[in-house]
Amino acid sequence: MSSIVSYGSYIPRFRIRVEEIAKEWGENPENIKSGLFIHSKSVPGPDEDVLTISAEAAKNALRRTDLDKSKIGAIYVGSESHPYAVKPTSSILVEALGLSYDIHSADYEFACKAGTAAMQNVMAMVDSGQIENGMAIGADTSQGAPGDALEYSASAGGTAILIGKNGFADFNATLSFTTDTPDFWRREGEKYPSHGGRFTGEPAYFKHVLTGAKKMMEKMGTKPEDYDYAIFHQPNGKFPTRAAKMLGFKDEQVKDGLLTPFIGNTYSSSMIIGLSAVLDKAESGDRILGVAFGSGAGSDVFDMTVNDRVKSLKRERAKGVMEQVNNPIWIDYATYVKYRGKIIMRGA
Amino acid sequence: MSEVPRFWRESRHRYRLVGTRCTNCDTLYFPPRVICPTCRRESVGKMKEEEMSGVGEIYSFTVVHDGLEQFKMQIPYVMALVKMKDGPLVTAQIVDCSPEEVKIGTKVTATLRKVRSEGKEGIIQYGYKFTICP
Amino acid sequence: MRDVYILGVGTTKFGELWDLSLRELASEAGLKAIMDAGIYAEDVDALYGANTSGGQFVDQEQIAALIADYSGISDLNIPSIRVEAGSASGGAALMQAYLAVKSGQLNTVVVGGVEKMTDVPSEVATEIIGGSLDAEWETFFGATECSIAAMIARRHEFEGKAKRENYAVFPVISHKHASMNDTSHFKNIIKIEDVINASPVAEPLTVFDNAPISDGASALVISADLKKINNASHPIKIKSSSAANDFLSVHDRKSVDSFRAVKKSSDSALSLAGLDIGKIDALEIHDSYSIAALIQLEEILGKDAIKMTEGNDFYFNSSRPLNVSGGLKAHGNPLGTSGLYQAVEATVQLRGKAGQRQVKDPRNFLIHNMGGLGTTSVSTVIGVD
Repeated sequence: MSSIVSYGSYIPRFRIRVEEIAKEWGENPENIKSGLFIHSKSVPGPDEDVLTISAEAAKNALRRTDLDKSKIGAIYVGSESHPYAVKPTSSILVEALGLSYDIHSADYEFACKAGTAAMQNVMAMVDSGQIENGMAIGADTSQGAPGDALEYSASAGGTAILIGKNGFADFNATLSFTTDTPDFWRREGEKYPSHGGRFTGEPAYFKHVLTGAKKMMEKMGTKPEDYDYAIFHQPNGKFPTRAAKMLGFKDEQVKDGLLTPFIGNTYSSSMIIGLSAVLDKAESGDRILGVAFGSGAGSDVFDMTVNDRVKSLKRERAKGVMEQVNNPIWIDYATYVKYRGKIIMRGA
Repeated sequence: MSEVPRFWRESRHRYRLVGTRCTNCDTLYFPPRVICPTCRRESVGKMKEEEMSGVGEIYSFTVVHDGLEQFKMQIPYVMALVKMKDGPLVTAQIVDCSPEEVKIGTKVTATLRKVRSEGKEGIIQYGYKFTICP
Repeated sequence: MRDVYILGVGTTKFGELWDLSLRELASEAGLKAIMDAGIYAEDVDALYGANTSGGQFVDQEQIAALIADYSGISDLNIPSIRVEAGSASGGAALMQAYLAVKSGQLNTVVVGGVEKMTDVPSEVATEIIGGSLDAEWETFFGATECSIAAMIARRHEFEGKAKRENYAVFPVISHKHASMNDTSHFKNIIKIEDVINASPVAEPLTVFDNAPISDGASALVISADLKKINNASHPIKIKSSSAANDFLSVHDRKSVDSFRAVKKSSDSALSLAGLDIGKIDALEIHDSYSIAALIQLEEILGKDAIKMTEGNDFYFNSSRPLNVSGGLKAHGNPLGTSGLYQAVEATVQLRGKAGQRQVKDPRNFLIHNMGGLGTTSVSTVIGVD
């Protein structure tokens, strides 16, 4: 089966603390921190978008491998905040990364699991022999309406997973679980998303994440203790922690892949940026469970095992996730609203 | 008024810092040139495209307070002459830093960013900027 | 070859001239020059019009034709040609007119420059001024002309070739001289601390390091016909005019903090005039930016330039009078006009009619007009025998 040949993430350096947002809306930041388990989130610079974030994540992935770029046969980008409504992000990336023009490319959308949907398609193409290698990217610059609970979490970041044969982490299996569940949506032309409040929890996130994870363990005949790492979609810090507990995972298995408390929810990159952080330290033999969730709703589940080739992976050639997490430029709420286009500029 | 073709024509140079090397005198030029200013007619047909490494250091810089309308959101912004490891000097913005972090000799690396856009409806023009190496 | 004389000069006031349009400015200067020369439209063989960016400032091209038309001379079918070389347009037009008369093909020519800059907001003017940079590889990426000047300044200081004060002094000199000139954009006197501590535009340069956005027009009548000269015993002559160019962008030059073209054009102009720099009594240089003034002087005067910035040598009543007009900085900088106003000033000074700011008994002026930052350089020697 296909495997991960390389990977890379990119997190914008600008960050805002929960305190900065809370004080504008008369909220107690301690309640947010304990309730949502979020301390700060990333904010894209005024010159960053899903294309630039994807490009930097993909460049980080390419730096870690000596793979000939011309051997990449597909590039798919999953996002709910593509810069254009019509005009693919993926075709700009082909030029920006200097990839071969003989390439399959498309943009994907499935709320927060568009990046993992892209991964599954690249895996299928590699497994079928259609391509040798393919790049799947999940990236977002998500917006939360001012004053909405989402404003504390909606952040920006991206992760690129390069998939091919003979990589350093094998996919043992992948599966998906999909139902029509309107927990979170954004209508065409609207700037901010809407959500079903507490409806986003039990019938949406938990149902799909738990069902997906259980089905995978059932299929593979595994139990939580068989995994060294488990990563769950993380719209906040609380949901994945609770889901892990309900499934029987321990904190040690989950903590390395849990980034949302520091950088917020990177949406299409949410689970895979956790995977990226785990791959930054995983060793040969480590087994990883990854569960992505997308509102609307569905889950994509991956069972992976790191192999011996991890020893020849050039991880040090690109900045790891925690290195980026720990390199913030703190901004205040005024700068945040300016950068996020929440103030009315002339001609903008 | 849309300037799509004028922008599109340069995209590989702006996305990936693709310059041209004169294979007659082995000098790399950026921005790309059709004729080598040293070899002139000897260089005709011998200019080959080449992607630069993307790393360099600040040769000179300024903090722009009174800048172009398209860059208003970033004012004050840092413009620099970046001496590329590959040779050429490149005029570009330095981003994701406070002006105090920028010095002559500071090591920088290229990043792809939105540079301009043709209003809300027009195309987004991407290109290189630089960030400070940690 | 025959000699070329300046018969008459004319200029408008420089500044924010809200009441006046481009065509009104141009015809005012042209008419003044013709009346000053004491000639009539029928005596004029051609008109050379200098203008940098009329197409962007007021949507007007074919500016020379417009000037001729609104100066009332279209019926004579006089050839009217625009010359554009960035902010060196004025100097370049004067050079073309001089060569045409020198060649013998034309006898009497009007050369006029005009720029109407204040019909657009200042942010737009900044963008248009940036048009003299490389649109694709400098302006596109956020560079303004001032930002490039600032990077030249920063590097010059870094290399230990100058301190801040060595170039902050030029606006002070220009403002002093402009205060004595009726047509100046600015009349206030400033101190070196004012320059250094003013609002930054592109660090280290402040608003006082930058020449202003001005409207204005200037014109000259030049001729080989000595009979047309009112005061033929004391004719003012264009002794030489020479241009040189460098790479368009500073980033393509071997040295970012020198202006090779300036050295080449000024050396050539002096040599063609048969003079050395010691015989030049006053200089008008292109102080669009204070640092640009310093680098030009380093090219024209050599090593002495820096030391001279530390004394009082550059005032009108001192050893090396500089920008006695008030310069672009304080008299004003209507781009395409600047080179022609320099020639107007030289003429007025050589006539001994400059009033309070009169240089004592000058015989030769070297004027230097520049497009961009050292890209196009035009040096002209104007003097009396």
